Amino acid sequence: MTASRTPPRGEWVQHLQKIRDHRDQAAFAEVFQHFAPRVKSFLMKSGASDTLAEEAMQEALAAVWQKAHLFDPSRASPATWIFTIARNRKIDALRKQNRPEPEDLPWGPEAEPDQTDVLALAQETRKLAQAMAELPQKQRELIEQAYYGDLSHSEIAAQTGLPLGTIKSRLRLALDRLRHRMK
Amino acid sequence: MTQINHHLSEELLIAYSAGTLPEAFNLVVATHISLCDTCRAALDAQDAVGGALLDESPDAVVGDDAYAKTLALIADQNTTPVQHPRISDGVLPSPLQEYVGGDIDAIRWKSAGLGVQQAILKTSKDAKVRLLRIPAGAAVPDHGHRGTELTLVLQGAFRDEADRFGRGDLEVANEDVEHMPVAEVGEDCICLAATDAPLKFNSLVPRLAQSFLRI
Ligand SMILES: [Zn+2]
Repeated sequence: MTASRTPPRGEWVQHLQKIRDHRDQAAFAEVFQHFAPRVKSFLMKSGASDTLAEEAMQEALAAVWQKAHLFDPSRASPATWIFTIARNRKIDALRKQNRPEPEDLPWGPEAEPDQTDVLALAQETRKLAQAMAELPQKQRELIEQAYYGDLSHSEIAAQTGLPLGTIKSRLRLALDRLRHRMK
Repeated sequence: MTQINHHLSEELLIAYSAGTLPEAFNLVVATHISLCDTCRAALDAQDAVGGALLDESPDAVVGDDAYAKTLALIADQNTTPVQHPRISDGVLPSPLQEYVGGDIDAIRWKSAGLGVQQAILKTSKDAKVRLLRIPAGAAVPDHGHRGTELTLVLQGAFRDEADRFGRGDLEVANEDVEHMPVAEVGEDCICLAATDAPLKFNSLVPRLAQSFLRI
C-alpha cells in the first residue's frame, strides 16, 4: 500500500463507518496501515518493549474492528477514539490494572449523531492539532511526558497552554443535544 | 442531572485521559463523569489531545505478520456477546456498581466507629478507595490528607467552613488542606473516598472524637 492511498484526516470517519455497517475489510486494511505503526510507537514511548507493544497494538486494532459500532464521530475524531482504545490496552498490558470507565451515554434506536456536531468536532480537532504544532517546544514536551506516563498526577501542571475551551463547549453542546433527544 | 458545583481538576482530567492514575482514582473520576456532563465534555476534549499525539506519533515498524495476526484475533473474538449499555438508574453509577456488585443495598458496610460505616473496594495497591456512610449531622472522618484525597458525594451532603458538597460534587484535598466537613442534617451522607497515601485506620476513632469535640 502506498502513501498516496492514505485519505485526508476527515475520511477516516467514513472508513470506520464502513467497518461498522458493512464489515468492510478493505477499509479496515487502510485504517490498520495508517494507525498500527502509530499505536505501536505510542505504546513503546509509554514504556512497552517491542514485543509487548506489538501484541498490545494488534489487540487494540482488533478492538477497532470489534467496537466500530461504538464510534461516535460527534464525540471523538477517529484518531482520538483509537487513542482511547490504545490507552486502555496500555493500562491493561503495562500496568495490569482494570480501568473503570464512565457510564455509557443513552443510545436511542436511531443513534446516528447530528451531522452539524460531527463537522464541528472535525473542525475543532484540526484546530487543536494546529495549536499543538505551534506550541513552544518545552510546553509540548510537558504534554507528551504527561501522556507517555513520565509524570505522576501530582506532577502534571494544569496550565498546558492548550486552547481547549472551544472544543470543550462544542462537545458539551453535542452532549446536551443527545440528552435532549433521548428524553 | 443534578446541579454539580465542584468538578474534576485539570490535572486529574489530564492524568485520567493519559491513563496514568491509580485504579482507585480512576474509579472516582469515572463515577464523577457518569454524573457530570461538564467533565465528560472536558474529558472528551482532553482525549482529543491524546488523539493528536497519536496521530503525530512517528511510525514504528510493525511485524510482517501483524495484519494477519490482527485478523486472526478478530476471528477468535467474533463469538463475544454484544455488550449492553452500562446505564444505572440507581444511586450508584455503573462504574461504581461494578466494584460494589450492585447498587446501594449491596454495599457490605463495616463499622468504623462512632456510627460511621465504611466499605473498602478492591483495587490495585497504589491507592485505596472506599465508601463511607456518615450519619446525618456527624463529622466526616478525616485522615489528615497525606498525599491526595478525592471525596465524591453520592447521597446526602456535607459542608465545611466554605462550601457545600452535594451529590456529584467532588472535593480534591491535598496535603495542605485542613478542614472539618460535617454531614448535613436530614440524610446520611454516602461518599466515595480515594487516597494515595496509606490510611491510618487506628487513628480514625480518636480523630473523630476530636472533631466532635470541636463542633
Ligand atoms: Zn464535573
